[in-house]
Amino acid sequence: MAVLIDRNTRVLVQGITGREGEFHTRQMLDYGTQIVAGVTPGKGGQEVLGVPVFDTVKQAVAATGADASVIFVPAPFAPDAVLEAADAGIRLIVCITEGIPVQDMVKTVALVRQKGVRLIGPNCPGMMTAGQCKIGIMPGNIFAPGPVGLVSRSGTLTYEIVDLLTKAGLGQSTCIGIGGDPVLGSTFVDLLPLFDEDPDTRAVVLVGEIGGSDEEIAAEYIRTMRKPVIGFISGRTAPPGKRMGHAGAIISGRTGTPQAKVDALRSAGVPVADALYEIPELVKQALANRT
Amino acid sequence: MKIHEYQAKEVLARYGVAVPRGRVASTPEEARVIAQELGGRVVVKAQVHAGGRGKAGGIRLADTPEQAEQHARALIGSRLVTPQAPQGVPVHKVLVEEALSIAQEYYLGITLDRAKQRDVVMVSAMGGMDIEQVAEEHPDAIVKVWVEPWQGLMPYQARQALYDAGIAREAVSTATRFLLALYKAYVGSDASLAEINPFVLTTDGHPLAADAKLNIDDNALFRHPEFGEYKEESEEDPIEAEAHRRGIQYVRLGGDIGIIGNGAGLVMSTLDEVSRAGGKPANFLDIGGGAKADLVRNALEIVLMDPNVKGVLFNVFGGITRGDEVAKGILEGIRSLQVKVPIVIRLAGTRAEEGLALLQGTELIPAVTMQEAARKIVEVTR
Repeated sequence: MAVLIDRNTRVLVQGITGREGEFHTRQMLDYGTQIVAGVTPGKGGQEVLGVPVFDTVKQAVAATGADASVIFVPAPFAPDAVLEAADAGIRLIVCITEGIPVQDMVKTVALVRQKGVRLIGPNCPGMMTAGQCKIGIMPGNIFAPGPVGLVSRSGTLTYEIVDLLTKAGLGQSTCIGIGGDPVLGSTFVDLLPLFDEDPDTRAVVLVGEIGGSDEEIAAEYIRTMRKPVIGFISGRTAPPGKRMGHAGAIISGRTGTPQAKVDALRSAGVPVADALYEIPELVKQALANRT
Repeated sequence: MKIHEYQAKEVLARYGVAVPRGRVASTPEEARVIAQELGGRVVVKAQVHAGGRGKAGGIRLADTPEQAEQHARALIGSRLVTPQAPQGVPVHKVLVEEALSIAQEYYLGITLDRAKQRDVVMVSAMGGMDIEQVAEEHPDAIVKVWVEPWQGLMPYQARQALYDAGIAREAVSTATRFLLALYKAYVGSDASLAEINPFVLTTDGHPLAADAKLNIDDNALFRHPEFGEYKEESEEDPIEAEAHRRGIQYVRLGGDIGIIGNGAGLVMSTLDEVSRAGGKPANFLDIGGGAKADLVRNALEIVLMDPNVKGVLFNVFGGITRGDEVAKGILEGIRSLQVKVPIVIRLAGTRAEEGLALLQGTELIPAVTMQEAARKIVEVTR
């Protein structure tokens, strides 16, 4: 089952002929992902790593039945690529691109939500269903199949946590990097219900950071969940008013503070790890409590 | 990117927002000349990004051009200490403007509502105050309307907000025009915040933007060449300015332990871990994915520009990036820079063991976990 993607997912790569696009297409193929098509306007008819390239997403979907898309298109063109995929009937779009103007994302996210299309990202590492399907740029070798779901605003930090989980004998169901931007296609609260419904997931790790109030909103939803959630918030010592790398990681006035997030999660009954290495133990405890 | 008040007023004026007569000055003499041209009472305003300028003495009234010159002399080159910037921010320029005789003050603002994923327009009859403070003490005094993304702010929404906020009835039609112009400026500049605070009505009935604030979305700067000249002045810290010129994500934090890592979340967590171990991070620096020797060298050079740095911690989790490549890059960087402070390196993930093996026999201090790395760097810099 897993969340959103599995071994049957048919993936299309937008921007497949670019350096990043081709490199990560190879990595995804190596992981066993079914990459069925690529799209680069003007390069239709070519092949990249044995994958047929089309001029438009519409053509690619018609020819290959692709149902998910991953976007490696430069920021000025990425919103158009997202909308093209949404218009062509793709049900899941994963946008890796960093640096898209916020106003473009406000419009793009409003439209994909209205169409009922699921967008992950932008400015994200993508997603993985361990042992089955990798869409994006996460390093496949650190994952192992198992019962822990993970949803995170960070990239490398997610790898770090997955590595800790795997080494502690805790495999993963699906891991989703939702991205570091202020306006995202899917927020925690959009995805937590899917993990709660997924029979392969028995506990969820939520990795938040400073900026915005998505963690606080998620905390309210977690009260209604059947499955345990373990939290981690990075940027606990970040100063206000400074953007910490991610466009969305900034404490603005009184919103976005780490303490508000930790407090909201804890008051919803979520164990929040103060340090990364505590996460596997908290997951083990949560799993033991439920069985 | 934060731009200065005088720059924000330049932008707003292009969109038809009326602003007080005045000009920016870099020297006391210029300030006197501008005051002379304007005639009458003027106000001399320090151009800094920190809020709470007025209370900190950054806004001064002058009755004569000589007095304007004196105020400018006191401000330019000084550091303005405000509640938001206790360490003080340097003043390089002052805005000299006609002093206004104010009858009414209001607040008009537009920003992104992250939770609702759309822009929110805010209006309040409590103008001239810090809006965060108004929000806390008098939340009912702020009226909000949300903008439909593909539609934009409609005139009726602006009117509705202004009437609901209790703006004087005779001022609503001009305020509507201002609010719509402010929205156009916000969209047209790819702003993340646009504020007129206060929007004033003078005693002789003129509507003006007495103060203005505009923050620009950094991601959108590629399509705004007109802001190129504002960019340099937006920097307040010389090391941050140099890092950004080299395309490096660096934030100065004031401690003495330099931090370099890959990925924003991982670097933030590294800062947290060093703080937990009793250390004070000097900076945030993210080298991103696929670090090459040149980037590592640049990063290290930037971190060491801060004279307070007593040691550096590298924390790299190799995903698709390989640990041995990173180790080679770090070694090359250190050799070419002749580093004298202790360096702790924590490598994990892909080919980390090979990477750590390369570091054996060097003066670099290896660490396996983040915790161990944080503890070691705190120990050696104590």
